Amino acid sequence: MTAVSDPSQLSDLVAEATDTRVNLDFESEGMTLNMGPQHPATHGTLRIVAKLDGEQVISAEPICGYMHRGYEKIVEVRTYPQINALINRIDWLGSFANEVPFILAAEKLMGVEAPPRAQWIRTILFEMSRVANISLFLGDFGLQLGGMTAGFYAFRDREHVLNMIESATGGRFHPNFDRIGGLKDDLPKGWIADSHVAMDKLLAFCDEMEDLLVGNEIFQSRTRGIGVIPAEIALNYGLSGANLRASGVDWDLRRDGCPPGLVYDQADWKVWTHPDGDCFARTWVRLQETREAAKIVKQLLDTIPAGPVMAKVPRIIKVPEGEAYVATENPLGEMGYYIASKGDLVPFRVKIRSASFNNISIVPWVARGAYVPDLISILGSLYFILGDIDR
Amino acid sequence: MRTWPSAGRVSQLSSTDTTTDSAAENEAVVETDVAREAVLAELTERLGAAVLGSHIRPGDDLWVRVDRSAWRDAAEAAKSMGFTFFDYVSAIDWLPSPFGRDMDAQEDLVVSGAEPKAPAPIVQGYAGGDTRFQVIARLYNIATATGIHFKADVPDDDLSLPTWTSVFAGANWHERETREMFGITFDGHPNLINMYLPTDFQGFPLRKDFPLLARRVRPWPGIVDVEPMPGVADSEEGEAE
Amino acid sequence: MTPMLASFDPPYWLSTVIKVLVVGAVVPTTALILGVVFLFKIMSWMQSRLGPQEAGPRGLLQLLADGVKFIQKEDIAPNGADLWVFKAAPLVVLSSTLLLYVALPASAHLVVEDLDVGVFYVLAISSLSVIGVLMAGWASANKYSLMGALRAAGQLIAYELPMVLAVIGVVIQAGTMSLNGIVFAQNGGAVFGWTGIGNPYILTQFIGFFIFIAAVQAELTQPPFDMPVAESEIVSGYQVEYTGFRFLIFFLAEFATAFVFAGIAAVMFLGGWAVPWLEASSDWYYVLGPAVLFAKVMVVSFIIFWVRFTYPRLREDQLQSFAWKFLIPLALVNIVATAVLKVVF
Repeated sequence: MTAVSDPSQLSDLVAEATDTRVNLDFESEGMTLNMGPQHPATHGTLRIVAKLDGEQVISAEPICGYMHRGYEKIVEVRTYPQINALINRIDWLGSFANEVPFILAAEKLMGVEAPPRAQWIRTILFEMSRVANISLFLGDFGLQLGGMTAGFYAFRDREHVLNMIESATGGRFHPNFDRIGGLKDDLPKGWIADSHVAMDKLLAFCDEMEDLLVGNEIFQSRTRGIGVIPAEIALNYGLSGANLRASGVDWDLRRDGCPPGLVYDQADWKVWTHPDGDCFARTWVRLQETREAAKIVKQLLDTIPAGPVMAKVPRIIKVPEGEAYVATENPLGEMGYYIASKGDLVPFRVKIRSASFNNISIVPWVARGAYVPDLISILGSLYFILGDIDR
Repeated sequence: MRTWPSAGRVSQLSSTDTTTDSAAENEAVVETDVAREAVLAELTERLGAAVLGSHIRPGDDLWVRVDRSAWRDAAEAAKSMGFTFFDYVSAIDWLPSPFGRDMDAQEDLVVSGAEPKAPAPIVQGYAGGDTRFQVIARLYNIATATGIHFKADVPDDDLSLPTWTSVFAGANWHERETREMFGITFDGHPNLINMYLPTDFQGFPLRKDFPLLARRVRPWPGIVDVEPMPGVADSEEGEAE
Repeated sequence: MTPMLASFDPPYWLSTVIKVLVVGAVVPTTALILGVVFLFKIMSWMQSRLGPQEAGPRGLLQLLADGVKFIQKEDIAPNGADLWVFKAAPLVVLSSTLLLYVALPASAHLVVEDLDVGVFYVLAISSLSVIGVLMAGWASANKYSLMGALRAAGQLIAYELPMVLAVIGVVIQAGTMSLNGIVFAQNGGAVFGWTGIGNPYILTQFIGFFIFIAAVQAELTQPPFDMPVAESEIVSGYQVEYTGFRFLIFFLAEFATAFVFAGIAAVMFLGGWAVPWLEASSDWYYVLGPAVLFAKVMVVSFIIFWVRFTYPRLREDQLQSFAWKFLIPLALVNIVATAVLKVVF
């Protein structure tokens, strides 16, 4: 596949693809297939109304809202520490990562900065939740393509990370550990050494996944050239995270625009991109990301500075008047909170910009002309969490 | 050794290794401020009088309020300036909640005989504004790592804006969400149906005058946190540890 | 004991009753064995988990408990279903499995019917099940079922051909289409003149064995060819509307068919019920034969299930091109090579 980077050339290609992807010569009456809300491939309650011609998808429209919890309304009547517990439930596989951008936005408005040790631990836990999230993706994507064993291996090895998160924060899924101005607690004794071991296991897991799944011919034939998203289209839809990098856009919020309060510049790591933009590229980029995340954790574990984990903040947190948007590179992509504050105990308005919402909105575009099995590959590789779409 | 961006261009497999010293980083903070001024200047040049207000927080963010007739032009102008990454579209209802801070259940207020407060005036945030509703959207320039917040006033008697879907396809779902949560319609949107709520749902949940019923009937769960700690004279000034 | 068994010559009615009872008992038993050993235990160990632990010693009776549970369930049919066809479909699938057992020899005489055209019969009967699958898919009045059934039909038909072609090499070498005849030919055969272990055809027909196993995998709708029942795409394909004992029948048929196909592969490629250093005409095979065959079946089944637990699923069109563009040409080349070598040696 040749890499095309000229935008005008690309849009021509896209227009051509849209026309020829559906074979109109043999178009039949077709049927409408309701995939979901209960369907094994939708990780939750997403419904996809697909118009099929035989097995070919003429159009696919995701219908969400089965899990809408109205966070943006509820947070208007919750204090900042309470919101922290609430937003854990947005992307429930990498919960800690949900807290960080919100806390950072509040800190920005308050002009508070967490002490270095807290910043370090924050970054470590952030990357651990990335590992916990994406390692499950690798297994789950295999499961959706019929490779059952990969799923079980992922659950087995994800346990090591969850154990570390649990022993530091007390919560396996919903840590609720981040505080405005620092962290709830310091690390327990022996945690650093144990985390090194856990990360080594995860690195071994990545190698195993590469052998078992990503390197498998059948896996590649199911994902290569399927669901190709050109870079321009990806930007247009606001795709972020690995989905965007798999389309060849070299952009990672951890590196370009990392908000103060996270210490990614203290570790040596790389941002991986892939020029193809297909399902395989997305999987591959995520696999590399898991490795990089484990490496970041291992490096930061060795350099944690001593000191307090909590800055001096008022007991009653009132955020001064102002507006701030802070986004971080979450496991699923760019997650940001726009906080408009009126100097009260509660935020005036919080807009939650979640990654999956944008990532999945491209489905009608990308699914056109795919086959039903490819639709599963596309949905799986775009990787959404229902809580992250519906909020 | 960190890796730095290749300006949003298509790259092969991995970013290139380059190193920067911390002095350059410190310089960059000052530079971004200049850069945002430049962005604002260019936008003002392109949109003319349509730019109604602006706010820059140095080294952090840029807010631009545009006239709603120029809403779509603003998107196009920004897109041609390199702001190709679509972040989100949403809205803010600046009306102070008519239910007070919603901290006390209304029943408690009745029991305690609290005086109903006079409605507070509407105060818009950064970049000013004239109306109760403001649509807010964010675009991002990957090459320079700068974002713009666009705001547009939407008058109460005509809650509508031109759609962005023809400029940024990703705006489709965001505008649907904004429509159902705030009741702001987007002219020219191809499929402005409900995103989350049932089709026959009445009202617009994220408007401030939409009551959160759970709060009406149950006392504020955080109210205990606000009580002063024993031995602390003024709880609001007290500091942790 | 063995001479007594050899001289046992019951009247026609009694032998028929015995045969019916034996097949009736063997089908669920073999399905149970494969289910417990491979689906529960070996799969669990491959996936680094324990598998069932509670029911019976080391959880070995779990499948029995599941079977009892299935029988207790209410027999539900969807509203729009074509009721008669819907209910008959599992039985059609099961009958194809039962008929397959008729030709499988467990020793020279322990066979329900030693057909002269055993190979032909087996291949013909095995494609009967697709009718049951189509019935199930169509009668369920469910889009997933229909898609699954059509996928299954396309797949079973496509893989019938490589299977037949793979077997032809064996038939050429053995010079007979009787399954027992093939066992005798292997037992007394020679690999290019070397008679040390007879001639298990896997040594000379390894390409045929590979194609046969691949085709069996497709016929059984197991990964990597399990598109007709792909749970992440079309939920469970044609089985989606079946509950209770009707689902149990599908399940039984699937595993019993796996067993019988593994048996046929063992007969045709691994020397069947015979072992190399014991003449196939020996009376010892009355007791030894079933045990030897069972051991070989377990080996072949292990391969089948190992692949099943390892690979992801292909797409339907990729499966078709794999059959038509790779397996069939390969099988044809194999036939030509076998024929040439047969004439030369």
